Amino acid sequence: MSAPESSGSGRARRKFLSDAESHVRDSGHRSFVRRTLTGYYSSRDTQKARYRSWEHARDAASLAKWSAVNRLDELLPQFVERFEANGGTVHWARTADEARAIVLELVAKAKASSIIKSKCMTSEEIHLNAALEDAGYGVVESDLGEFIQQLRGEPPYHFVFPCMHVRRDEISELFRERLGSAPTDSPEELTMIARRHLRQLYVDADIGISGANFLVAETGQVSITENEGNARLTVALPRVHIAISGIEKVVERLDDLAVLLPMLATAGAGQPMTCYNTLYAGPRRDGEPDGPDEMHLVLLDNARTALLADPEQRDALYCIRCGACLNVCPIFKNVGGFTYGTTYQGPIGSVITPHLRGLAEWSHLSGASSLCGACSDACPVRIDIHHHLLHNRRNAATSSPNRVEKMAHAAFRAVASRPALFALGGALFRKSYWALRRLPLPLLKGWLATRDLPAPPQRSFRQEWRRRAGRDG
Amino acid sequence: MKVDLFIPCFVDQMTPQVGLSVSKVLERLGHSVAFRSAQTCCGQPSFNAGYWDEARAVAIRAIKVFDGAEAIVGPTGSCVAMMRAFYPELLAGTPHEGAARDLASRVFELSEFLVEKLGVVDVGARFPHRVTYHDGCHGLRELRIKEAPRKLLRAVEGLELVECDEPESCCGFGGLFSVKFPMISTAMAEVKGESLARTGCDYVVSGDPSCQLQLAGWMARNGRQARFAHIAEVLAGDAT
Ligand code: SF4
Repeated sequence: MSAPESSGSGRARRKFLSDAESHVRDSGHRSFVRRTLTGYYSSRDTQKARYRSWEHARDAASLAKWSAVNRLDELLPQFVERFEANGGTVHWARTADEARAIVLELVAKAKASSIIKSKCMTSEEIHLNAALEDAGYGVVESDLGEFIQQLRGEPPYHFVFPCMHVRRDEISELFRERLGSAPTDSPEELTMIARRHLRQLYVDADIGISGANFLVAETGQVSITENEGNARLTVALPRVHIAISGIEKVVERLDDLAVLLPMLATAGAGQPMTCYNTLYAGPRRDGEPDGPDEMHLVLLDNARTALLADPEQRDALYCIRCGACLNVCPIFKNVGGFTYGTTYQGPIGSVITPHLRGLAEWSHLSGASSLCGACSDACPVRIDIHHHLLHNRRNAATSSPNRVEKMAHAAFRAVASRPALFALGGALFRKSYWALRRLPLPLLKGWLATRDLPAPPQRSFRQEWRRRAGRDG
Repeated sequence: MKVDLFIPCFVDQMTPQVGLSVSKVLERLGHSVAFRSAQTCCGQPSFNAGYWDEARAVAIRAIKVFDGAEAIVGPTGSCVAMMRAFYPELLAGTPHEGAARDLASRVFELSEFLVEKLGVVDVGARFPHRVTYHDGCHGLRELRIKEAPRKLLRAVEGLELVECDEPESCCGFGGLFSVKFPMISTAMAEVKGESLARTGCDYVVSGDPSCQLQLAGWMARNGRQARFAHIAEVLAGDAT
């Protein structure tokens, strides 16, 4: 896939490098994040062990998404038809701008004065909150983690655990300051403080905005999975419900959820199932006691069809946003969620951000990886995540090569093609090692600043081997 | 069996003794060992940096160099993964695709060659030390090598094998990544290095000289006591 723009400004890259630099110095934060994830590892492993075969379950989940993504042209219209037959209304958005405009129009039409919102990464992707606030609407996040981040004025740190980087005492202090609550160290009490604050807001809100985890083509239902029950209230209490979803969330059958829902919970959060799994099939019908009068679904493309057209990386659309790849990623753990500067952090974010926002400006994220592959092993739908980092690197080197790098690799190729030259180059390097150390070579300096480098041996292997042959022969 | 050594550029120039230990182990088991001196590099640096045209030329050359070799054995999971896992993709759709697949079926990392291909676990080595093993990620996840080196080490007389608490964490080397993003690479070395140090082992043993460069470099700079040995050196009785 080619990049929307041919050369980046380098701003995102420079910011990434300087943020990474300062983040790695904060060893307290880094070990806090590592410790937070330790509990997740053990519960994830316990839950995985309950599957007869986790690997076969991954095959099944991957197959369900493979078959849906590859038949999106057929399943998406089928979903839309049934969703509308259930009484919902679909709005198509090609871009983030279109999606924001659609939501703003719906909000205006409903003459809304207050909006409540449950967790929705797609809304982060289109920067919806800022647009609503600019238009004069108040919007409150009802997911606890998102609520905390909203109060802190920060985007999510991790797209599943938005405030995993915040210590409990910081939350207590934040609530005391902003909500006037008494300080507490108890997680239950902190949750209750937020709930008490939010309760009336659900009742007062005219509009509830949610995301969607899966769109079931067979039934036209929207599946939303959550742990706090806040999404149910967000959807059911206000007059108007607006769900926002990427087009890739379609699955063919209701049965597909039998494997996808538990795997989403286990892979991402180490749970057997997420606490609340709800299927929404349109607005309240006659005779039903609750539910919204209107249910709207904004279906967002935002570069997804372009990704669909790329056979090599199409599987990135299988992503169910479970967060497992972030949880195991040594880059994420060491640079933290904010350093990415993206809506989607971690390995999958590094893969898809260049597609969403331009390869030239965002290819450095694909470079910032040791290619260890922990992400691909963790992914419940078997996305070839770390190999796509290689593909992005190749696409970037092809569409906007760095002149110096290109020359260096061409030179390396020339040397590696001639064994005599290769041996000579090696010998020169070994002989001039101490002199090289004193030269201002940025790459070598980068190594030596934090790590020792042993002096090279006198003889190379090929020289040793020749000597040995001489001795033996 | 006639075995051809695959000595990656890095081993050739920086750790020649590892190559010698490989041949010693194989010869002791009764195999004849050859080294084709036309070999240079597998092309991984250019491949990983995204310069696939350059990598392709180097790969095609390497395939020709090893033409006709029955078994090719190298002391690194990383460069073997380059040949086995990535050459077929790199050369897909070219006239060399078939040859790449053929090479992929003949190239082995040392420990998997001994255990899976030759069925050997005990090579008759002795190494009376507490040892922890560091998995290189390419070996672990591209080649799925996890048990082979451990089986070999457990069979070494006097050797006590201990696992660290970050057994599957990356050392942070990642080739050019280590110098293009030195701060992240170093943070990763710190996490893994501290975990290895916590085992209190006498030796860190690994199947990848490049991981060893990274970990030993960080540990030495930060005063963590650990000696390093390549698994070939332990098996050959060459570790010091
Ligand atoms: S890429 Fe895979 S592991 Fe990462 S969030 Fe998506 S589904 Fe989960």
